[in-house]
Amino acid sequence: MGALKLEPNIVRPDDFYDALIALHRGLTPEQSAKVNAKLVLLLANHVGNMEVLKQALDAAREPDQG
Amino acid sequence: MIIVGAGPVGLAMALDWARRGREVLVLAAGDSLSEGSRAICFAKRTLEICDRLGCGAPVVDKGVSWNVGKVFRDERMLYEFNLLPEPGHERPAFVNLQQTTLEHFQLEALARTGADLRRNNRVTGVVQIRDRVALTIQCPDGEYTLSCDWLIACDGAGSPVRKMLGLKSEGQVFQDRFLIADVKMHGAAAATFRTERWFWFDPPFHRNQSVLLHKQADDVWRIDFQLGWQADPDEEKKPERVIQRIQAMLGKGVEFSLEWVSVYTFQCRRMERFVHGRVIFAGDAAHQVSPFGARGANSGIQDADNLGWKLDLILRGLAPVELLESYNAERVEAADENILNSTRSTDFITPKSDVSRTFRDATLELAAQYPFARKLVNSGRLSVPTRYADSPLNTADAEAWAPGTPGPGSPATDAPVLAGGKPGWLLRHLRGEFTVAVFAAGGEVPTELADALRYLGSLPIVVRTVFVTREGSRRTRPTHGCATLTAWLLRAMRRTARQSTCSVRTSTLPRGGGDCPRPGWGRRCAARAGPKLPSPQ
Ligand SMILES: Cc1cc2nc3c(=O)[nH]c(=O)nc-3n(C[C@H](O)[C@H](O)[C@H](O)COP(=O)(O)OP(=O)(O)OC[C@H]3O[C@@H](n4cnc5c(N)ncnc54)[C@H](O)[C@@H]3O)c2cc1C
Repeated sequence: MGALKLEPNIVRPDDFYDALIALHRGLTPEQSAKVNAKLVLLLANHVGNMEVLKQALDAAREPDQG
Repeated sequence: MIIVGAGPVGLAMALDWARRGREVLVLAAGDSLSEGSRAICFAKRTLEICDRLGCGAPVVDKGVSWNVGKVFRDERMLYEFNLLPEPGHERPAFVNLQQTTLEHFQLEALARTGADLRRNNRVTGVVQIRDRVALTIQCPDGEYTLSCDWLIACDGAGSPVRKMLGLKSEGQVFQDRFLIADVKMHGAAAATFRTERWFWFDPPFHRNQSVLLHKQADDVWRIDFQLGWQADPDEEKKPERVIQRIQAMLGKGVEFSLEWVSVYTFQCRRMERFVHGRVIFAGDAAHQVSPFGARGANSGIQDADNLGWKLDLILRGLAPVELLESYNAERVEAADENILNSTRSTDFITPKSDVSRTFRDATLELAAQYPFARKLVNSGRLSVPTRYADSPLNTADAEAWAPGTPGPGSPATDAPVLAGGKPGWLLRHLRGEFTVAVFAAGGEVPTELADALRYLGSLPIVVRTVFVTREGSRRTRPTHGCATLTAWLLRAMRRTARQSTCSVRTSTLPRGGGDCPRPGWGRRCAARAGPKLPSPQ
């Protein structure tokens, strides 16, 4: 059993957010979409645990994109 | 019983049936082997079944064995895989062979039996009246009628029998087209390309689409070109166009000729149930998959393997008709697994939406660099037999299985053994419909187990016993193989056998008459995963 961490866990949140936006600078929407997809895959592999991934998938779709 | 269809599934059914000494009648619409070029990859399980049916050796000898697959994107190889991780199996993971050649070997084996195969006999009408099935058949001399107790419909994806009974096979058609070309290489070319499965995503010679290259027997190569939904099948089939595509792929100097060309659209679908009264569906008639994963003929032949002994017991009055429910349950489960796997492959090869394509391309780019992403690349998950985890024939184990051991409902795996001092293979000894494999380290069997085996041997449904001992074992780890006394009940090569070198002694214990008590399995001799034997009447 694993639980998706939903309490703050990123050590320097502003730095991460900044880096995330910077990653996409100068990219077309298609290029950005591919970079995001790679990011999801890399992080998903890091997590590994299917239960945690499933909770993340569910959380990403809720509540307002439902 | 009548079999409709002489494709690989109808023929496997006929062979199984003939082997049981039964009268076999096969009706087939066509006048020759299967039209065109279809299946090429036959999996180990199919080969093991063919061994049982008497056509395994020629299939393996003529077939091209292969283990290595390579996946390319653009100009570079992303990764390669090797399919035979475990040594100690008699048969390879796969052989490649033209479907017509497989059918040819099946027919040769069938010709050695008294089976009646009527070509050019097309079934044009089917009616079920209570426990009989009435058929109308069109043959060159006109029309005639026949009736039977059981009809096995192996009449392919378009199944006229299914349609005539108003039944459906439902699922999805993939919006894509594939050009399938069989190409014979000549001269030096035949030696240039390896006996490996090569799959390209977006290669320079066929942009934005996928291509598969795979060797068959007699220097014939299968090439699949993904064409996209917009492609015009008639245009694409024109030889000059096909030759152009192949030259772009192989290079100008390569000498080849076209053996066969067709354009296919693939689908994944199945019937809700495979048993309808006295009509039983098997193979493509019951379920159809896209070919990525080579699951069509392979699973259809397993349908026949599953059905044969069950129907035989029913006809001999040794099992109730309800036994067929287990055919339905097990083969529906297998069909769902095959459909799931080939749908996933098809979705990877032909992404259905922009975001799906984005993830697909991202996966391929990452796969060039990182091993983790290679596990996500899906150019076909190749056919393996389904474990019937929830089969109604499974019974609870007397003891828990050791962790990592395949559980009840698993196919038996092969192992090298010595039998009468000669090296051989375990599966060859587990061919009987019901076999108890007794793993007895030193060869001695406690009285209570011997009594139980004697009782099983005395039943109307004969249960053979195979003793697997450790004599001559090369294995040193005592925790594996036959270190502890264990009894497994197998039917039709299902359940598991462990990997080790052991001696095999086949024997049918002397019949002990009817006075043996029903066995209460002792502490040490655990009956693993036995089917509920239909109780003798
Ligand atoms: C391009 C391609 C590649 C494939 N590759 C593979 C692979 O690598 N491995 C694999 O396992 N599978 C593969 N398959 C799938 C495989 O070809 C089929 O699953 C297999 O042929 C099904 O066998 P079948 O006996 O059920 O039906 P079929 O082979 O279609 O045979 C049907 C039979 O029924 C007869 N029939 C039809 N109507 C009537 C009638 N009214 N009366 C009497 N007889 C009738 C026909 O004459 C024929 O004999 C591939 C398929 C395609 C298209």
